Amino acid sequence: MTDLRQKPGRLRPAPENFLSEEEVAAVASQGASSRRDFLRKSFLAAAGAMTAPVVAHAADGDPNILSNPPWTTSLGLPVAANPYGMPSKYERNLVRRESPGLTRVSAASVAFTPLQGLFGIITPSGLHFERHHQGWHDVDPSKHRLMVNGSDPGFLKQAKVYTMDDIMRLPSVSRIHFIECGANTGMEWGNVAVPTVQYSHGMLSCSEFTGVPLRLILEDCGVDFKKCRYVLAEGADGSSMTRTIPMEMVESGEVLVAYGMNGEMLRPENGYPLRLVVPGVQGVSWVKWLRRIEVGDKPYATKDEAVHYIDLMPDGLHRQYTSIQECKSVITTPSGGQMLLDTGFYNVTGLAWSGRGKITRVDVSFDGGINWKTARLETPVLSKALTRFNIDWVWDGKPAILQSRAIDETGYVQPSYGQLRAVRGTKSIYHNNAIQSWKVSETGEVSNVQVL
Amino acid sequence: MSRFSKSLLALALAGLAGSVSAFDNYKGLGRPATEAEIKAWDIDVRPDFKGLPKGAGSVDLGAEVFEARCASCHGSFGESNEVFTPLVGGTTQDDIKTGRVQSLRDGSAPQRTTLMKVATISTLFDYINRAMPWTEPKSLKPNEVYGILAYLLHLAEIVPADFELSDRNIAEVQKRMPNRNGMTTDHGMWPGKGLGNGGKPDVKNVACMRHCKKEVQLVSSLPDYAADAHGNLAEQNREVGQARGKVTGAKSEAKAAEPLSESARLSQLANTSGCMACHGVNGKIVGPGFNEVMAKYKGQAEAETQLAHKVKAGGAGVWGSVPMPPHPQLSDADAAALVKWILSGAPAK
Repeated sequence: MTDLRQKPGRLRPAPENFLSEEEVAAVASQGASSRRDFLRKSFLAAAGAMTAPVVAHAADGDPNILSNPPWTTSLGLPVAANPYGMPSKYERNLVRRESPGLTRVSAASVAFTPLQGLFGIITPSGLHFERHHQGWHDVDPSKHRLMVNGSDPGFLKQAKVYTMDDIMRLPSVSRIHFIECGANTGMEWGNVAVPTVQYSHGMLSCSEFTGVPLRLILEDCGVDFKKCRYVLAEGADGSSMTRTIPMEMVESGEVLVAYGMNGEMLRPENGYPLRLVVPGVQGVSWVKWLRRIEVGDKPYATKDEAVHYIDLMPDGLHRQYTSIQECKSVITTPSGGQMLLDTGFYNVTGLAWSGRGKITRVDVSFDGGINWKTARLETPVLSKALTRFNIDWVWDGKPAILQSRAIDETGYVQPSYGQLRAVRGTKSIYHNNAIQSWKVSETGEVSNVQVL
Repeated sequence: MSRFSKSLLALALAGLAGSVSAFDNYKGLGRPATEAEIKAWDIDVRPDFKGLPKGAGSVDLGAEVFEARCASCHGSFGESNEVFTPLVGGTTQDDIKTGRVQSLRDGSAPQRTTLMKVATISTLFDYINRAMPWTEPKSLKPNEVYGILAYLLHLAEIVPADFELSDRNIAEVQKRMPNRNGMTTDHGMWPGKGLGNGGKPDVKNVACMRHCKKEVQLVSSLPDYAADAHGNLAEQNREVGQARGKVTGAKSEAKAAEPLSESARLSQLANTSGCMACHGVNGKIVGPGFNEVMAKYKGQAEAETQLAHKVKAGGAGVWGSVPMPPHPQLSDADAAALVKWILSGAPAK
């Protein structure tokens, strides 16, 4: 029979990576019994919030089973102790974070979603990534207006103004879509630059958005769809962010003027009370605090489509109006900066998405792309939404390189770094959808690497 | 007519109705925008200068306004890299002639300045006018915007020192923009028909499954010096589950919890000790409300000690037949403090 003192719970004794070099040296110099004690204590310190996995006197079993913990032997808190519920205190590590050195002003910056700890396809609203160009405001919805006008007054029968009351009375739809910043993974074009999936892929979120198809509003204003092939969307913040949207997407009914996100109103950081939803297109086009829609006959070359969000090619030309987020995927666990607990079984899990439609297949490689296995796609699999994939893996303790490769309904296969760089070089900043590689070393450490 | 073609016709008609004749479809919703409202918000300026307000501003005016309103972030000559990337630099007289910035091709400039990238002068007018200065957007007058733009163009030697930029000559200046021929829309990433190549991707991978290559070319990994650049990764991962974050730095100091006021502590204690399950603050639940207890015992010298004992040991009979269970887990001090707190009427505050 297994001695439970030697196998406490499912936790392997602390790997030495939890200790500094000095601590390791100090322990090594003191012999075996001291070493066990020290590792035990250090691990407890490193993982302070965990219940003690090792208790010396627990000869008969796991003390977590043998003695009832406080939550089993006392009265819990009453309802509405937290009128707006918050995550467990043990989840405090999973928060939005800035990437040090990426930007110099936090009002024009990015906070990344902690993809390494999320499940399924919906991003909790409080963890939705943030990107602001001139800070965010909590806009008073009773004072917010949406104006629709034309670059030429003759382009519509009637320029109109809608209040939030008006917009929320209009016929609504709810749709699940991903939103990804065009610069997601942009730091990695030339080389590995960041340690974890939060920073490499965390300008990515997926929510259920509720709102009104923009087409209905433009029809309500009598827009001349023949003449107007472009739409300018403008925000109410200081930057009054503007982006050009093609009318074809509006006509398809998929572009939404949205006020709802995951069952509640949009969060202020995500455009409360109104934002544009442009499925499959980079996040900068999903104009937040949306205050104006102008229909026109030409694109606008706004700052964020003429100075930024332009992709530098090797020949020195910039690609302008690159908008679609092409098919991409990433393994979120195990991922960079993590330590595997032990050898044995793992559920390798990740996300796949495409701005051109549905994901049809995701393949995973454990040997750096020499051989591939098809992963399970979890439902729902929706167009222009995150799709969760899973695949079984038994880690034998040997080095491995994990990759995922997504395929969308157009047949497009996510490219390798080598293929992408051959066309676009390494300085484009935007639209890096290359296959991501995570190296697993013998110690169980997972790290960010690039494979051609 | 076959049923098939009839339904096709119906579909075609429905499509027509949806895109042409619908107007004013939602009774009572939305109202006409007034001319003044449109004028107030419709400030965008297109590359063909539609929307450009009339006005003019000299390089001199621009220098003055720039120094006062812009230089703190951008530097006096638009060269600063402190807060934002530089506005000016990296363009040559030759670029002004060709309309292509050479340093973008050969990578000779340390970074891309605004004037190296932008092809359309309208973009700069529009953006300065709508979003600058950073902390006071939309506070510049049109003439000041013209002036600031003239000053920046002068710094890049696109216009001379005595130049005055205006709505009348801006189209001529457009012809000297250093990167005016530097943009392409020949790509597959525009989700419409008006631009681009119709959506054709530029990279074609195939989904090989077995023996796809002979060796793995590992070309980049995180350099050692950057290992802790993002803080302690152990504190950026869940503390339970398939993996842990790697320890890459010192454990951050736990923030000292705000000390609870004594009243807040007792309120929490009343919750966690189970008091609130049976006692309301302002009325009976199973046992008497705290207000009733206070009314009954207030001013009685012995009450505090007796009740504290009763809280710990339990009791029955005073308020009816339902017994109060013992609470031996409470310390004597906490039991006494709770009673004192209840008799003072504090729970209702």
